[in-house]
Amino acid sequence: MSNTAAPEKILDIRGLDISFRTNAGTVHAIRGVNLDLCRGETVAIVGESGSGKSVTMKAAMGLLDSNATVNAGEILYTYTDEAGTKQTVDLLKLPKKTLRQQFNGQRIAMVFQDPMTSLDPTMTIGKQIMEGMFLHKHMDKQAAKARALELLELVGIPDAEKRFRNYPHQLSGGMRQRVVIAVALSADPDVLICDEPTTALDVTIQAKILELIMKIQKEMKLSVIYITHDLGVVAKVADYVNVMYAGKIVEVGNVNEIFYEPLHPYTWGLLSAMPDLDTDDDRLYSIPGSPPNLLHEPKGDAFAARNQFALVIDEKAEPPLFQVTPTHFAATWLLHPDAPKIEMPPELKARLERAKKEADKYL
Amino acid sequence: MSEPLLKVENLKQYFPVSRTFTVKAVNGVSFEIYPGETYGLVGESGSGKTTIGRSVIRLYNPTDGKIIFNGQDITGRMGSAARQMLRKEMQMIFQDPMASLNPRKKVADIIGEGLDIHGRASSRQDRADQISEMLKKVGLSPEHAARYPHQFSGGQRQRVGIARALIMNPRLVIADECISALDVSIQAQVVNLMKDIQEETGCAYLFIAHDLSMVKYISDRIGVLHLGYMVESGTKEEIFSNPVHPYTRSLLSAIPHPNPEVEKRRRSVSYDYASSGIDYARGTEHLVSGTHKVLATDDEFASWT
Repeated sequence: MSNTAAPEKILDIRGLDISFRTNAGTVHAIRGVNLDLCRGETVAIVGESGSGKSVTMKAAMGLLDSNATVNAGEILYTYTDEAGTKQTVDLLKLPKKTLRQQFNGQRIAMVFQDPMTSLDPTMTIGKQIMEGMFLHKHMDKQAAKARALELLELVGIPDAEKRFRNYPHQLSGGMRQRVVIAVALSADPDVLICDEPTTALDVTIQAKILELIMKIQKEMKLSVIYITHDLGVVAKVADYVNVMYAGKIVEVGNVNEIFYEPLHPYTWGLLSAMPDLDTDDDRLYSIPGSPPNLLHEPKGDAFAARNQFALVIDEKAEPPLFQVTPTHFAATWLLHPDAPKIEMPPELKARLERAKKEADKYL
Repeated sequence: MSEPLLKVENLKQYFPVSRTFTVKAVNGVSFEIYPGETYGLVGESGSGKTTIGRSVIRLYNPTDGKIIFNGQDITGRMGSAARQMLRKEMQMIFQDPMASLNPRKKVADIIGEGLDIHGRASSRQDRADQISEMLKKVGLSPEHAARYPHQFSGGQRQRVGIARALIMNPRLVIADECISALDVSIQAQVVNLMKDIQEETGCAYLFIAHDLSMVKYISDRIGVLHLGYMVESGTKEEIFSNPVHPYTRSLLSAIPHPNPEVEKRRRSVSYDYASSGIDYARGTEHLVSGTHKVLATDDEFASWT
């Protein structure tokens, strides 16, 4: 989607490091995350629960819980202000009030996982969509209503005029998620963060919602960040993929690089663990063990304990991000020039070959 | 083929909400499960798949229809022998392992409860032995027996749920969305475990899920449910290679493939019951081939195939 020569960076997260104080001790949840988002692009963050993917985005929204401490890092956000000049701010340094009044919802909006809990059950959906317009755009009621009806139609809700006066409980799950998207779009944001937008929905509705977000993205030139653990969703929507594990990004690349030439053993594991419709092996590959507890800082590579390809050095030192192509990076010692040559598991290799062949048919 | 282990005939399950309104959750569903096989039930939320599982194990009293399990009718009033047999031979694994394990009981007592009720342990030592053997079988260590559910991770908790279901050595296990609450990498572990156990003990599974790729992976035969009707059923090859019903087609087209080039160009087939003009109540079962059946009227069947 990036057709311009130099895509303009809109969100730039550098060296983000966050820890949480808990009764059991300090949990070091984010350990140096870098992430870029350019205008009009879609970036996906993939990882297991507890890998820190939601926390990263919550930091950008200023929604961190009160027991969180940002130890280091910056989240640079570039936007054009009302006067038309370009501005870059560090979202972590802004006072909470400014963030709430000028950025959240207005420039950076979020779609949450469960549409039942993110909508107010006591307000009609029309009111909820207009709320952002009153607060951020200071629209009058008539203009707001017209815009709200427009948005309802945009997100594919038939009979918008009638639905406008409905309460959330009167709608089905898929419709509710559409309303949540309409609410998020109400103040014309630049960036849309979707936190597991379809996990609570059925497959058929999931496909519809994803196609809807893609269509709106094109129409409104939005930049979208998806947080998900579903690689199928990622393949459908993303331009760039960040694979996250134990508070670190372990592999970054464009979507074809991640799906056709994955380099990190964790990515291999994730791809193998998800059966595609042609999988008929006797056993499904599974990543052994469970994610590390970040209460105790892992020594060396956090994935080493679950990694069948782990080298001795993995237990001693953390691997840096090795660059493979201009866009593809992976943090694994296997890419070090001195490392033994280790290939991905043969089953996965066969499957990726199959996937590539299938893809060639479309090219 | 041998005798079916479970035979469900024309099962109906209605829930009266008020005097004028009744939710018809399951509308005349029939299927059979043979010993040692895995039957997958798929469908969107509200299609009645969980209700069927719960009716079969008699957590609900079926409104109409017949359920024959292990050669005995388990609908209507059951004698104590039939009840004993049902409670021992059929077990269930629930969706959310945190909600289905008693937080105030130790794992040993959660797993051992069935043994206590049915008097299957001859002594304390025997009970402890059976429990630790079961824990080993599901990939936990015997020391875990003294812990409480909250001290486990999600995947481990689901293993406890599986151990509880399997300690009675059941012939049929109903797995109701038992992997959907787990992470992708953990899902594969649990599915492998279920397959291993099936090989070892020869139990049958009724696998209820909405994740079609996982259902295809684990099941031998599949039934597709929509709005309380079984719209299509057959072996997994029949369903996946030749889907006939438009709902099945839309369901299959909606599965995201982990293949970006293909996925970006593909559009899902949409299916809307209200506007499709199909009335499930008028449909009858049509045989496509082998065991592949589809619910349709004669005209619909002719136009779909």
